[in-house]
Amino acid sequence: MIPAPFEYEVAESVDHAVELLTTREDAKLLAGGHSLIPLLKVRLARPGTLVDIGRVSGMVGVLDAGEHLVVGAMTTLSDLVADASVSVGCPLLATTAAQVGDPQVRHRGTIGGSLAHGDPASDLPTTLLALDAELVVRGSGGERTIAAADFFVGFFETALGPDEILTEIRVPKTGAAGTAYLKFHHRAIDWATVGVAVVVESQNGSISSARVALTNMGPAPVRASAVEAALAGADRGAVARAAEAADRGTDPPSDLQAGADYRRHIAKVLTRRALTQALS
Amino acid sequence: MATTEQPARHVGARVPRKEDPAMVTGQARYTDDLTVPGMLWVAFVRSPFAHATIKGIDTSAAKAADGVVDVFTGADLADDFAAPIVCAWPIVDDIKIPEHWPLTKDKARYAGDKVAMVVADTRAGAKDAAELVEVDYDPLPAVTDIELALADGAPILHDDLGTNLSMTWRHSEHSPVPARGKPEDVFPAADVVIKEKYRIQRAVPNAIEPRSIIVEPSPAQGEFTMWSATQIPHIVRTVLTLMTGVPEAKLRVIAPAVGGGFGSKLQVYGEEALLLVGSRKLGRALKWTEERQEAFVATTHGRDVVQEVELAADRDGTLRGVKVRIVCSMGAYMQLLTPGIPLLGAWLYGGAYESDAYDLEINGVFTNTTPTDAYRGAGRPEATYCIERAMDALARELDMDPAELRRKNFVPADAFPNHTIVSGLIVDSGDYHASLDRLLEALDYEGLRAEQKARRERGDNRLLGIGLSTYLEMCGLAPSRVAGAIKLVCGLWEAAQVRVMPTGTVQVMVGVTATGQGHATTFSQLVADQLGVEIDDVEIIAGDTKQMALGMDTYGSRSLAVGGIALHLAGEKVVAKARAIAANALECAEDDLEYDTGTFTVKGTDKTMHVKEAAFAAWTAHALPDGMEPGLEATHVYDPPNFSWPAGAHGCVVSVDTETGEVDIERYVAVDDCGVVVNPAVVEGQVQGGVAQGIAEALYEEAVYDEEGNLSNGSMTSYLVPTAAEIPPIETHHTVTPSPTNPLGVKGIGEAGTIASPPAVINAVIDALSGLGVTDVQRPATPQNVWRAIEEARQ
Ligand SMILES: Cc1cc2nc3c(=O)[nH]c(=O)nc-3n(C[C@H](O)[C@H](O)[C@H](O)COP(=O)(O)OP(=O)(O)OC[C@H]3O[C@@H](n4cnc5c(N)ncnc54)[C@H](O)[C@@H]3O)c2cc1C
Repeated sequence: MIPAPFEYEVAESVDHAVELLTTREDAKLLAGGHSLIPLLKVRLARPGTLVDIGRVSGMVGVLDAGEHLVVGAMTTLSDLVADASVSVGCPLLATTAAQVGDPQVRHRGTIGGSLAHGDPASDLPTTLLALDAELVVRGSGGERTIAAADFFVGFFETALGPDEILTEIRVPKTGAAGTAYLKFHHRAIDWATVGVAVVVESQNGSISSARVALTNMGPAPVRASAVEAALAGADRGAVARAAEAADRGTDPPSDLQAGADYRRHIAKVLTRRALTQALS
Repeated sequence: MATTEQPARHVGARVPRKEDPAMVTGQARYTDDLTVPGMLWVAFVRSPFAHATIKGIDTSAAKAADGVVDVFTGADLADDFAAPIVCAWPIVDDIKIPEHWPLTKDKARYAGDKVAMVVADTRAGAKDAAELVEVDYDPLPAVTDIELALADGAPILHDDLGTNLSMTWRHSEHSPVPARGKPEDVFPAADVVIKEKYRIQRAVPNAIEPRSIIVEPSPAQGEFTMWSATQIPHIVRTVLTLMTGVPEAKLRVIAPAVGGGFGSKLQVYGEEALLLVGSRKLGRALKWTEERQEAFVATTHGRDVVQEVELAADRDGTLRGVKVRIVCSMGAYMQLLTPGIPLLGAWLYGGAYESDAYDLEINGVFTNTTPTDAYRGAGRPEATYCIERAMDALARELDMDPAELRRKNFVPADAFPNHTIVSGLIVDSGDYHASLDRLLEALDYEGLRAEQKARRERGDNRLLGIGLSTYLEMCGLAPSRVAGAIKLVCGLWEAAQVRVMPTGTVQVMVGVTATGQGHATTFSQLVADQLGVEIDDVEIIAGDTKQMALGMDTYGSRSLAVGGIALHLAGEKVVAKARAIAANALECAEDDLEYDTGTFTVKGTDKTMHVKEAAFAAWTAHALPDGMEPGLEATHVYDPPNFSWPAGAHGCVVSVDTETGEVDIERYVAVDDCGVVVNPAVVEGQVQGGVAQGIAEALYEEAVYDEEGNLSNGSMTSYLVPTAAEIPPIETHHTVTPSPTNPLGVKGIGEAGTIASPPAVINAVIDALSGLGVTDVQRPATPQNVWRAIEEARQ
């Protein structure tokens, strides 16, 4: 309830934020605060300085750049849900964001915070992995672009350096592909016990490609490559069999929420249901 | 001045709750909203170990920190207490009750046990300094599981006791009333005997308002005022007097607006005693507000019981005997009522059924966990869960419909009034067949069974289950003589005072304190009808020992069934005095007056006098009958002659996803008989809240300890309190059999929902899966636990 003492700074720009990250000891960015503030309150996070990026301009909103969407890192989840170019160009992003937390969380929480936090139970990282998105980050060494597959490194660990800030996310449009994000959780407000994002391209019942990614089936979101391989070039009758391979190559945790064996089982059921939904 | 129009009757009407505008607009003041001048803040240092010897405590760094006024350890306060924390219910003569000090001195016995108290000028300062207190712990093996705590070689919590078993209570040995018969005379010859074992998980009450305490001393007078988020200001005052030596006359305890308690504020906590002692020592006002995560370990928990039950029956389903053995976790120490909680269910393991024999054994065990105590229903949910699960198991064994089996065994309506049930207590009134019939009709039971069959036959992976739970509970606590006979240290009477003011408004002082139940509305309705005034003309004053010195406070669904009767009887005394005043003023005999809702009329005339006019006459005292005291007011202290006995039938309809184990409650129907209903909206609110809490126990909540004895899910993220999104609409119905033991015919409704609903939900889940061979599911029935039950049955 009562955080340990810390300094507080408001960043004026991305460069200013990078400067504060570089010069202050144990500095941490504050976006919507819905992951960070709970940690501060129970003193699990004890940063020296909080750098508030809530007033940096140019980091909010979605831009339609033709082949892909450019999403500002400070765009809130509820803005993603409501954005017209998202619902046309990449509805999976909106349906995923809509399943995060509750309205209060979605109104404050940002896509950037959700990705940078590196929580294996988060929903959006999985979806961005299935979408082959790219993340643009800026640090004292300049700007670089990281593929989603390289960004989520481990348990609460990303490719972001200590002086780097995530500025935008480039999300390829999904066109005619069928998509779905299914989240298995106990209470409506709970994080995913398991989640699955699917992007399937098919014609007349024949699947040309399928991308499948899983939430909370390891320290970071993972692609279910065995399922993807089994579906490439197959027809929709292959879905049930292919989904049985959903847990192959995963390393699900056993925790209070669920045991690893149960997670493996749910991953299969959920993958089958998500593929079926995306193909219908 | 005659009032001709007939005032509306309020009892039985959906009067909107008087207390809500202040609560929903944020104007109600809770303890944490209050500030007193010069107040200091307190933070507690709590053991991070479930079991550890304390080898030393170094407070020097904390004392030196900015803004810190003082830091106390148990040793520092050794001379400030007259007695340790009080356990007021030693249920057997040879019970083992360990010494329990507000700050532990030798050993920490649960993660959260308090070892030091920091006083600083700000809340954050106190919290920061608490981190600087260095405690040298020598960790010991811990035991949190009740059965393991009784095993050979288990770590012993209290070395001086030499055992973790605190007590054993047997109905056959300790009940002041005998059972109808002995199991040993019935079981050997029975056609059918079933044996079941159930585990009721530990629950964290989680009132929305955490605890908060302020103590303000008036050193010159030696007086103290305490504000505390408590259900029991009167008991807090008396117990703190015993613990600290501050005389009752010098201690005022106020419970301002209190945001829920559910039994967790039916307590006198070490923190309350420490703030009182600390403020006496420092001569300064002190405040402490519990943090939410602190509350998870610092506020009492509930349930945590293992039950072994045997039922004996004839082949045709006639119940012959009930035999139960339970083991209950006390936690690490005894709190106010800890050992007595299972006793509140000890006569109810036979349910609403007749049978020939009954026995129950209760064992209380210490574990390295937060102490347990009352949690909404206290003892009765445990009893109801046990018998209602077992009745379903018996129905399966006999291949009988569970509704039919219940119907066959209910105490019949014509056995009442005042029927002695198998466990020996006398039940006032009831019609259990009527409640069940009403439920089955509301559910369309036949239709549901057909739908269930259809789904099974077409191999649907969403199976339908119908769960029944019919309950009998004992509330309106309680006849003081009975309380004494079962070794509770206090009596359980209740008090009220009614004062009609000169201008005709009514001041009512009651000994029962609300924590959200709607007392002010319900009591105002009673008074408005009795004295012929408007609801808004009634002022209900409670929760302040200075304004109402008498009271035994709120728990056990007693506020209306005991407190409301005290109020009614005080009102009768007021009416009697007003009658004498009216007879004098109207120049007639008292017998010539008719009374109706505030108005006295001289029979056969249009001469009238209202209670309000009598109040004015009593105030001016110009023309009172000779020898009459001025003023129109009366007090009544009521000791109920019996408990009151609500009952009912709840039904839950679920569909279970056999692939994932998810349980979806399709319908929940409650039929409750709480006697006469004063305010249907308030009663429905109590049922809905109670059922929601029971669904939480059935499907969501469980306090989980890890191997080291730490509470693994002590936060609102990991301890799954369901939200509005999880709770289905709850359909409420009523049957009414007025209680013959009190003049209002009321029984109580505060706990019915948590008593009835867990077995209804779990029975529904098992009913859905019974075709797959499932006969049990671990509580809470999370998707994973249900899936595991299905997998086990498949093997
Ligand atoms: C009750 C509740 C329920 C929730 N349920 C879910 C759920 O179901 N699914 C789910 O996925 N999430 C859930 N969340 C998490 C929520 O989605 C995240 O808190 C939120 O999206 C994170 O964004 P934020 O803006 O609040 O980040 P913050 O809390 O401000 O920051 C989080 C972390 O990211 C860093 N950071 C933030 N922005 C940047 C940036 N631009 N560049 C670099 N680093 C940055 C911060 O330094 C910090 O370490 C829930 C949260 C709550 C409180």
